[in-house]
Amino acid sequence: MSTASTRVRTDDVITRGDPQPARPRPVRRRTLKTWVRRGGLSRIVFALPVLIIFGVFSWWPIVRSITMSFQKTNLVAPARWVGWSNFEYVLTDPDLPTAIRNTLYFALLALVIGFPIPLVAAVLINSVRRRKGLYSALAYLPVVVPPVVAVLLWKFFYDGSTDGVFNTFLGWLGLGPYEWLSNRVLVMPALVVEATWAAAGGTVIIYLAALISVPGELYDAAEVDGAGIWQKIWHVTMPQLRGVLFITLILQIIATVQVFLEPYLFTGGGPANATLTVLLMIYNYAFARSLGGDYGAATALSVMLAAFLAILSLVYFKLTSAWSKS
Amino acid sequence: MHRMIARLARSPRSSRITLALTLAGALAVSGTLVACSSDKPSVDANAPVTLDVVGLLPGSEAAAQQELAQEVSDFQTEFPNITVKTHDYEWKATTFAADLAGGTLPTVFEIPFTDAKTLIANQQIADMQSFLGQLSYAGDFNKNLLAYGQAAGGDVYAIPAKSIYAVGLHYNRDLFTQAGLDPNKPPTTWDEIRTDAKAIADKTGQAGFAQMANSNTGGWQLTVDTFARGGRVESADGQTATVNNEQTKAALQFLKDLRWTDNSMGANFSYDWGSINQAFAAGKIGMYTSGQDVYTSLVQTNNINPQMYGLTMIPLSGGDSGVLGGGTMAAVSSKATDNQKAAAIKWIDFHYLRRYTNQAAAVQNAQTQVASKQPVGTPELPIFSQQQYQQYQDWIKPYVNVPLDQMTTFTSNIFNAQLVNEPPVATQDVYAALDPVVQAVLTDRNANIDQLLNEANTKAQRAIDAAG
Repeated sequence: MSTASTRVRTDDVITRGDPQPARPRPVRRRTLKTWVRRGGLSRIVFALPVLIIFGVFSWWPIVRSITMSFQKTNLVAPARWVGWSNFEYVLTDPDLPTAIRNTLYFALLALVIGFPIPLVAAVLINSVRRRKGLYSALAYLPVVVPPVVAVLLWKFFYDGSTDGVFNTFLGWLGLGPYEWLSNRVLVMPALVVEATWAAAGGTVIIYLAALISVPGELYDAAEVDGAGIWQKIWHVTMPQLRGVLFITLILQIIATVQVFLEPYLFTGGGPANATLTVLLMIYNYAFARSLGGDYGAATALSVMLAAFLAILSLVYFKLTSAWSKS
Repeated sequence: MHRMIARLARSPRSSRITLALTLAGALAVSGTLVACSSDKPSVDANAPVTLDVVGLLPGSEAAAQQELAQEVSDFQTEFPNITVKTHDYEWKATTFAADLAGGTLPTVFEIPFTDAKTLIANQQIADMQSFLGQLSYAGDFNKNLLAYGQAAGGDVYAIPAKSIYAVGLHYNRDLFTQAGLDPNKPPTTWDEIRTDAKAIADKTGQAGFAQMANSNTGGWQLTVDTFARGGRVESADGQTATVNNEQTKAALQFLKDLRWTDNSMGANFSYDWGSINQAFAAGKIGMYTSGQDVYTSLVQTNNINPQMYGLTMIPLSGGDSGVLGGGTMAAVSSKATDNQKAAAIKWIDFHYLRRYTNQAAAVQNAQTQVASKQPVGTPELPIFSQQQYQQYQDWIKPYVNVPLDQMTTFTSNIFNAQLVNEPPVATQDVYAALDPVVQAVLTDRNANIDQLLNEANTKAQRAIDAAG
């Protein structure tokens, strides 16, 4: 509608002062030249780098993974189509139930330990009046430490002997020593604590950004109504953060279900498969065998994991969009 | 060909299709011809070649790096057209396949004996038969060792190169002394190992005995312990997994007793090959089992004090007991050009083998190593004949700087023991299936050995079936 009216006005301007009656302009045929002149080519040229980068590094690997999950290949000899046998092989692997259980346990622990900590930290940092930037930087600092370095550092902390950092502290209290990484009960919480320490900073920054956008008048109004600090957090802060919380929650679930670094570097999946996760299993299929990986099995499990996460995300967004509207 | 392409550009569509097919056919034929011609290598002996080879273990001492640099310099003096670039390298089951698939291995790399056959079948290493023939001693290899690197047709792909080992018991003489034990009388039975381990743990606070458990080394060492008690983890033809045998159970019960009854194994139960060496050199371990040649690495990578080191035989008990033996082969990338393969065989000769068959080379190599304070004379098993190995020992005798008198209980008995090869089929997968069993016994007081071994046997059989 607005486009049509604009056109009329433009025509008026063009025909003003023209002694000839206005005639409809001949419809100019859209040629390659006009398309280029109107910026069609530059649009493509600008989009091309992004398309190429996404194509080469994101979409093509996805296509290749799906293809390889139906093949037997060692990446040297020609690949052979094997139908669903890679999926059958993976689904009958006796370690798969253990890996799924461990992965879900890690995700659950990460949710219990790792989800509230950044939120509490962000609310606290946001509520202090001075040196907000310093506290934010301190909270974000672990994210700057390269993950492998962080894990090696924490390995010293978790040393099971009496010389270990944590065991030394606990020894002063008459506790321990604890074999953090060799004890089947302690090992998974130990990994989650390190993972939370390493990743919480990023989430704190996201929450802080969201908290800044909460209008101050809402807190003033709540204060006038006699709300205390906890009531303000519960009735003002949390509802305002709801959208961000939903997003960070699903992102965290997706990230923790794909946990790899901590079990790989801390324990290699041990002790006795107590930290074997689905992604570590994928890695083991592909690379842990010195005689050439089973890339078919690895990609088959990857495809199944991706499908599971996609479905989970869809269900999650359906549910949360309903909650958001309510 | 250029004329054909020019015609293709000018011709009408139907002719272009015909010509394209002709061109594709011509290319295919020429490709086939190239493939055929590659059977007989065409080598330009004077063409400049850059050869990437494996060097030392990551984190090796500066002196070891210096010695290797000198060796490279000597090689390049002898072969001025070849430029050698060394790369730090440690073979690990958990990273090798990634390096191989990713193309990040050097042109000449090292593999364990057990992997050669499958890498040959997968066309992942080069056929070196025609190049190996150029070496004067090509016919003198120990036939059993050479067979590991031969294809079904007899062509040699991987060449026995170094670290031909039998597993021994390495012990810390200082900890033995501190525990009131005689370091010149190391244990000779599993019961004595247990008693000594407890004495060390009680009196020094260090682990009396430690066991590798990660990155397939747990399975490797459990297989060693099984062989030493007369058991096997696969049937003779390699088609049936037999890891739930009585000897493996006894080996695990031994570990369980040390760990949970005696508390003599310290607090680290996730050692692999590199980390157990590191802990041993740091004085944290009284005894552990590993390849007999590990002393070289303990010097080069972990700066061990030679006075503290001792090597003895692993105890053998039971009817068919034996010492697990293995070794390292040199292999060349299947993507190497003929000139690179020709250069590779010269490097393999110079770096690994020449010293065993040529007195001047043996002496020069020993002198270079002594000058760089590197170990000379670490006990190995013969790549060629035992007689030739003895001759090599005589050549380097004046330069030997390893404490051989602290290894006599091993060196005087090893040739009388039965050497048993590693399991022939899906070796690393069988080891991988056993890793969690060792870890469970070391970390769970209530671990059910029978149940764990039955589960591991199912996994091992699955791996064997998949490999077949």
